[in-house]
Amino acid sequence: MLTLETIRDRILEAVPDAGVEIISNPGPSGQDSLLVSSGHGLAIALFLRDDPELRFDYCSNVTGVDWLDKTVKEKVIVREDDEDVETQVERVVPGYLEVVYHLYSISKKHGPVVLRLRTADRNEGVELPSLTPVWKSAEFQEREVLDLYGIRFTGHPDPTRLLMWENFEGHPMRKDYCAPDDDEPGDPITARERKEEAS
Amino acid sequence: MDHQLKKELGKQGIHVTSLDSIYNWARSNSMWPMQFGLACCAIEMIAATMARYDLARFGAEIFRPSPRQSDLMIVAGTVTKKMAPTVVRLYNQMPEPKYVIAMGACAISGGPFRDGYNVVKGIDRYIPVDIYIPGCPPRPEALIDGIMKLQEKIHGQKLTGPDRARHADPDSPGEYAVPGTESRDLLPRFNPCIWSPPARQTDSLEYPESKI
Repeated sequence: MLTLETIRDRILEAVPDAGVEIISNPGPSGQDSLLVSSGHGLAIALFLRDDPELRFDYCSNVTGVDWLDKTVKEKVIVREDDEDVETQVERVVPGYLEVVYHLYSISKKHGPVVLRLRTADRNEGVELPSLTPVWKSAEFQEREVLDLYGIRFTGHPDPTRLLMWENFEGHPMRKDYCAPDDDEPGDPITARERKEEAS
Repeated sequence: MDHQLKKELGKQGIHVTSLDSIYNWARSNSMWPMQFGLACCAIEMIAATMARYDLARFGAEIFRPSPRQSDLMIVAGTVTKKMAPTVVRLYNQMPEPKYVIAMGACAISGGPFRDGYNVVKGIDRYIPVDIYIPGCPPRPEALIDGIMKLQEKIHGQKLTGPDRARHADPDSPGEYAVPGTESRDLLPRFNPCIWSPPARQTDSLEYPESKI
């Protein structure tokens, strides 16, 4: 298979103003991934499927990731009374939701290539292009991501919940989801107390 | 009737019995379970019916695909909040006398998924359970043992009197309220007629000292 760098360059050649970034994975698997700008997601997916050398004709897995807001501590040098003073400044990096596609090529016998798309934020801007028109196998898994993470897929043929019931509110796999408080009075310590103790 | 006389008459080919015992004997030896499974416990239930374990030896092999024809509901697997109303509705559709076996840790208490966002913490919150079979999942032998325990229970049931069986009591309900899937949770969270939360134990050793 072509290296990820070559694939990125070929995508940029085919879809000129697309944003493509390689996210390296420092873990033992070393499985790097391609972060793709959401606006060009569909065009890039079509290119990956139809390019004669890549031919990623099989999407084996779609999953979601919830990245919460992060507080980053930074050291900043401030000049005070003609003296350089080092102070710590806290900065909040806004969170986002992410959807991950694992692509293989059955005809070329290569893969996987990991494709990531990120939403603008975790509240209002949770729209991403649906890749179901490109890979039919993504249909149910995108519905599952919609159900459990709350990412809205534009262009999905049936954007309804898959696992939870129809009038359910909330997205249970989000990290800040709180399950309804159905603790047992008989439990020595309730789930809510456990959560309070941990925080 | 005198036991010795009964024995003697039996030797002569005359069998004397009570209506209770012949009724219970007939019922307990032809339990028709409902053919439905919810999770991995169902696989063990299927194994119990096949040649190796052969549930047919105990008269419970005719799995019916309809609640209208079943005597026994084997709740085999995790009951999700989405599935619980259907399970209760299926129970309500069964004709009396009917029995319930809660098979496996999940059907009993929620099991390893107890703290999950979509898991009922035991089906006994909504329908009356006769036999609990622990295990994760229970082996086919355990299911067979559970069915034999249920048969023993049926043998001991009375049809009349103050301690008669549930199905023989016209005042006891044959149907139980079906919970609704609301916006956040299953409501009500349990049926207060058959289940209530255990009293809270504050003197438990596991309870953190800071909370006492």
